[in-house]
Amino acid sequence: MIGVISYLIFFLILALTFGIAVMGLNLQWGFTGLFNAGVAGFLAVGGYTHAILTGPARDAVFGGFELPFVVGLLGAMLASGLVAIVVGLVTLRLRDEYLAVATFGIAVSIQLVAVNWEYVTGGTLGLIGIPNPSKGLADGPLRQNAIYLGMVVLVAVLAYVGLQRIVQSPWGRVLKAIREDEVAAASLGKNPTRVRLESFVLGCALMGLSGGLYVGFIGFVGATDFLPIITFQIWTMLIVGGSGNMKGALLGAAVVWGVWTGSGFAISKIVAPEWQAQSGALQAVLIGLILVLTLLMRPKGMIGEDVHVSRHAADTT
Amino acid sequence: MILQHTADGILSGAIIGLGAIGLSFTMKILRFANFSHSELLTWGAYFGLIFVSVATAMGGFGGTFGPLSFGWPLILALVFAAVATSVLALLLHHLIFERLAKVTGHMTMVFASFGVALLLRNAVLLIFGADPIYYSNTLQFAVLLPGNVRVLPDQVFLLALTIVVVIALHLFMTRSRTGIAMRATAESPDLARVSGVNVNNVVRWVWVIGASGAAVAGVLYGLTVQLRPELGFALILPLFAAAILGGAGSLYGAVIGGLIVGLSENLSVMIIPTTYKPAVPFLLILAILYFRPQGLFGEKK
Repeated sequence: MIGVISYLIFFLILALTFGIAVMGLNLQWGFTGLFNAGVAGFLAVGGYTHAILTGPARDAVFGGFELPFVVGLLGAMLASGLVAIVVGLVTLRLRDEYLAVATFGIAVSIQLVAVNWEYVTGGTLGLIGIPNPSKGLADGPLRQNAIYLGMVVLVAVLAYVGLQRIVQSPWGRVLKAIREDEVAAASLGKNPTRVRLESFVLGCALMGLSGGLYVGFIGFVGATDFLPIITFQIWTMLIVGGSGNMKGALLGAAVVWGVWTGSGFAISKIVAPEWQAQSGALQAVLIGLILVLTLLMRPKGMIGEDVHVSRHAADTT
Repeated sequence: MILQHTADGILSGAIIGLGAIGLSFTMKILRFANFSHSELLTWGAYFGLIFVSVATAMGGFGGTFGPLSFGWPLILALVFAAVATSVLALLLHHLIFERLAKVTGHMTMVFASFGVALLLRNAVLLIFGADPIYYSNTLQFAVLLPGNVRVLPDQVFLLALTIVVVIALHLFMTRSRTGIAMRATAESPDLARVSGVNVNNVVRWVWVIGASGAAVAGVLYGLTVQLRPELGFALILPLFAAAILGGAGSLYGAVIGGLIVGLSENLSVMIIPTTYKPAVPFLLILAILYFRPQGLFGEKK
């Protein structure tokens, strides 16, 4: 029983951590129609920033400021947001698939920097010994993880409530207006370029936050932590849950992460040890299959889009 | 050194160019960025491996050609890979992309291509394992060209075959009814349809030509470098860079775009650390989208 609970806590920590990134992507794609195929890159920026700010000092490597956990998370958001401003200024004028290709390239480039800029990222060895704040608050991994889960839940709830308020605000309706018809939105005096950039930066900051929470929990960050497959996973979570709906984003994160870890567990029990090395491939095949089947059978995802109408407009009907 | 880098750049550029033809046509005629196109190179390379392995097991049809590392099996493997990869692409089209195109926007096709890419790449990993494989273990001696440039005989074959394929495709696009219909559809699908062009047929040809080009590029990559399950995945950005540089829908654009990408990658090592070489195609994409979004050979709207 303890085993099940401790596993459930572990599962929820990671599912919610990814869920925050999925909500960020939902803001960008579900509400604004921005195709960000570089999610892994923004997670990495957040993860490394958190590690540099909170990690222990080490010889010959920059960082190790040993700052508080919260400062690390805020720094992670800020760093991802700043990178997003630069990226957004260059790429957001591109349409749809060009934006996808360009952001995909950014994630590849960020990963190259992670591997090669040893002075800052620790290169292939990565950064180790990132303190997990729950370690000082309780004894034993079960209690510690429960406390960390509490923190992640708090952050996720804050992100969820904040995003709900934002997308139901007038600014949120402008996002959808731009997604549906940019020219019409512009003719109503809205500034699509600026609003698109704001949405992109806010979404990427959430991805940075997610990366920071991930690294804070694992206690380590290396160049192989944020491979392009994470981008595919986060996208699958959004599509399965239902884009345009924050509840769907969280649900999709839980379901897809459940399939990923569940299939990994099943493979480790069923498949012979000499084939275990390829179990990751089987998991990835499953994710690809889920994505394609969802698009074919249930293109709106598990929960469809929320309709938000202005309070004032609702009064008149 | 600069001559050697140039030669290497042309050789890798030829492979990228061949692979990018299909991507470029897909972007123009099917109107979506197919992130799974690069996996067709991988599948082509491994289809070739299957054929070569079977042929070798059956006796190998007698020896290798002169200084080349291969004989008839590899030539036939190229044909087999092109046919098999075309069948695979048509299957993907009928099972997934065609159905989605009927009901949703073109961005849904891009998500679907994400999923298909994951499926295809990891299926290769499951079946063939992660270790690099070679078509043949024959050792080759490099040919010394003027300027102290070394190339392998197989690489000369690569270049010659690329030229033959491009000429054949040029003739197909300009002389055959299907080729002309393809160009018409690329210009304006609606106009082509009312002029009696069978657009469904054109779409199938786009897949066949794209998959065949990808398969040949994949086999040539396997021949001159090595076979790995990430073979195609590692080429996603170079392929997109070539297609976007050349301008979507342009045969020569894709090939010349490929050469530019290959040359830039290989010459870049003279000014930036080799480890950052994979970022070069991305920088090219940004530059071209910024300064000339319709591509070098595309027409301005």
